[in-house]
Amino acid sequence: MSDLQAFRHETRAWLEANCPAEMREPVRSEGDVCWGGRRWTFQSQAQRQWLERMAEAGWTAPEWPRAYGGGGLSREEAKVLRAEMAKLGCRSPLNSFGIWMLGPALLRYGTEDQKRAYLPPIVRGEIRWCQGYSEPNAGSDLASLQTRAEDRGDHWLVNGQKIWTSYADQADWIFCLVRTDPAAPKHLGISFILFDMESPGVSTRPINLISGKSPFCETFFDNVQVPKSNLVGELNRGWDVAKYLLTHEREMISGMGNLEGSPSIGALATRTLGLEGGFLADPMLRGQIAAFDVDAIAFRLAMERTGDMAKARQAHPAASSMLKYYGAELNKRRFELLMAAGGADALEWEGERSRDGDLARSWLRTKANSIEGGTSEIQLNIVAKRILELPGG
Amino acid sequence: MSLILSEEQAMLRDTAQSFLAENAPVAHLRELRDRHDADGFSRSLWATFAELGFTGILAPEAHGGLGLGHVEAGVVMEQIGRNLTPSPFLSSALLTVTALVRGADEARQAEWLPKIISGELIGALAVDEGPKHRPPAVSLRAERAGTGFRLNGVKSFVVDGHVADLLVVAARTGGAPVDQAGLTLFVVDAKAPGLTVERTVMVDSHNAARLRLENVTVDADAVLGQADGGWTLLEGVLNVGRAAVASELVGVADEVFGRTLSYLRERKQFGRAIGEFQALQHRAAHLYTEIEIAKAAVINSLQTLDESFEGAAAAVSVAKAKAGSVASLAVQEAVQMHGGMGMTDEYDIGLYMKRDRVLNELFGDPNYHADKLARLKGY
Ligand SMILES: Cc1cc2nc3c(=O)[nH]c(=O)nc-3n(C[C@H](O)[C@H](O)[C@H](O)COP(=O)(O)OP(=O)(O)OC[C@H]3O[C@@H](n4cnc5c(N)ncnc54)[C@H](O)[C@@H]3O)c2cc1C
Repeated sequence: MSDLQAFRHETRAWLEANCPAEMREPVRSEGDVCWGGRRWTFQSQAQRQWLERMAEAGWTAPEWPRAYGGGGLSREEAKVLRAEMAKLGCRSPLNSFGIWMLGPALLRYGTEDQKRAYLPPIVRGEIRWCQGYSEPNAGSDLASLQTRAEDRGDHWLVNGQKIWTSYADQADWIFCLVRTDPAAPKHLGISFILFDMESPGVSTRPINLISGKSPFCETFFDNVQVPKSNLVGELNRGWDVAKYLLTHEREMISGMGNLEGSPSIGALATRTLGLEGGFLADPMLRGQIAAFDVDAIAFRLAMERTGDMAKARQAHPAASSMLKYYGAELNKRRFELLMAAGGADALEWEGERSRDGDLARSWLRTKANSIEGGTSEIQLNIVAKRILELPGG
Repeated sequence: MSLILSEEQAMLRDTAQSFLAENAPVAHLRELRDRHDADGFSRSLWATFAELGFTGILAPEAHGGLGLGHVEAGVVMEQIGRNLTPSPFLSSALLTVTALVRGADEARQAEWLPKIISGELIGALAVDEGPKHRPPAVSLRAERAGTGFRLNGVKSFVVDGHVADLLVVAARTGGAPVDQAGLTLFVVDAKAPGLTVERTVMVDSHNAARLRLENVTVDADAVLGQADGGWTLLEGVLNVGRAAVASELVGVADEVFGRTLSYLRERKQFGRAIGEFQALQHRAAHLYTEIEIAKAAVINSLQTLDESFEGAAAAVSVAKAKAGSVASLAVQEAVQMHGGMGMTDEYDIGLYMKRDRVLNELFGDPNYHADKLARLKGY
């Protein structure tokens, strides 16, 4: 038996022994997802146990080094872990911007002290992070951001405003882009800093989304004092860190175009329309769903292939933009089809039967996929310029 | 399993790439077309295919083949797609060899395979009878006659049928014309009395044939696999063909896209390269993304055929559907982005568009395969 097969057997046995039955049921709504953090209230004892056991094994961040609390797994082993979790239907123990975004940036740009201080609490789900990038006048043109951090000798003094900060009102810490040199060209005066959202001078105001939820906020900084040691990477070189982190954010968002664990459109349509002669009763919808399934399966394979290429050092560094673009568009298409398959049932907005309009709200939420993390148009710009090397400014 | 080529596979790709680019580039196809070549492909080129071992890529080493897998077959097909090279590689080395390896006993394999591998014999597959791919819809009848069978009926879109020496023919020995049961595969000598072959020159200057069989008799040992139970064998052969054609489609798409990118950089209008226009940049970036996704689907289908041949149907249908629709997008965008130049016969782009259309139709178009996926998923 190869090492990988042995690992597969051990992993399956461990998951069977340690993943509570409740945590093997499909995620049915936002409420079933665990985000952790200082203020987190666990939905159930099972949710807490599942997080604690996975964190103990380092498997909330399987590929991070063990020294920082991670699982220390190779890419192949992590693939096996994901596959075995999918087979048993295990929920993700923890959703986390710390794991998906900040962690990879700290592993690359952080000092040893920063890694030891920030990474283990991320793995354990103890500190929840939010992302302070966008501002009212700096969206796609992110590098024109204006939030200021002034050097006050022993600390930075931060003033300004962020917007669209996802979960800022629930997060414990923020990773934030600030302008540290207003005189420099716009990309060269930006720094990447970390601070506690409980610092005096930080306030948030939730913004309502079309889904009726308010997962993001306006975030204000009024003379916030930040220790000098909370700078990540070099002073005024925060743009490098920011871009590197964005590639990871894009991978996370493109993952939403991934099929695993998501509702099957064919199955929903079969319930609402029924079969005639073995085929969905609406042949036009059936054709659209089938064409979608071809694209979705092929896209999942493309994500896998890009990962394999990255490992073999054959992938283009901007490949995450290609996947982000396609994954976001695919996920929007999936929810359009789910709504069409659901018919009038999918339109209910309140009440137990629809779990408070879960499908309709999710459908509306997916419209942001092609906006957040850089819009589809921006991803296409990046592919055209960096991968295809087409001319022009 | 990782969805990239191994080192050996990448070496094979490089060999096929330089060999075809040098000996059979698009100009080679043009030349055959313009002089109305009787075969529509070059026999001396085919001899070189045999020398390089390509003709035996899927055949067992015991019979003189290379004993390689479907990934390797796909690697060669992709290069054929890039160069639009006409050759019986698909028909003879992939489809016929697969039918024989999976359907003939050792003695018959020993009789036929070495000759196919040496290039002495060319094989072709005859399945479809109507204008659309619908493999169970076989009406060509095979009735028992003495110790053998008597065949009557027609076949169309028999790729390379005009030059084949050996035909693998799907016939009905039982059941109704749309049943999967009651199908049998036969090996038929192309010179058998009662068989007429009409060459059909296609839009892409490649060739196929229409066959008419009138009381063609074959011996009992002409049966491949099980009499009446040929469906599984046929589907296996077709899936090899589909994945191979999907590889060729990726070659077509990637090549035509590369040529289009060069044109976007070179061609100037309004005082700048047309590649500076964002409207074109976005379409190019979208197309690039689609092609990368098609590549993943195709290599996965080839690997799945190597790992679990019988369980490859869904992976193959995804690959053929995706590669087909992406290649169609690629050739259409290519013509559009070349402007008037793209419409000229002198320029190669149009040849890619023609080839794409034929390959899309061959062994099931994207609708056929999306439908098949839906059936496999039960809706
Ligand atoms: C649900 C959600 C969550 C988010 N979470 C966060 C978060 O946690 N932290 C954070 O910092 N930000 C977050 N964002 C913000 C997000 O990153 C920005 O919305 C995004 O970068 C776009 O900026 P904008 O909204 O200002 O749109 P704009 O930049 O004003 O764009 C408007 C339109 O113009 C197009 N456009 C702009 N420039 C170009 C160009 N050069 N070429 C072609 N088209 C162009 C865009 O594609 C878009 O269609 C979130 C957004 C959403 C919707």
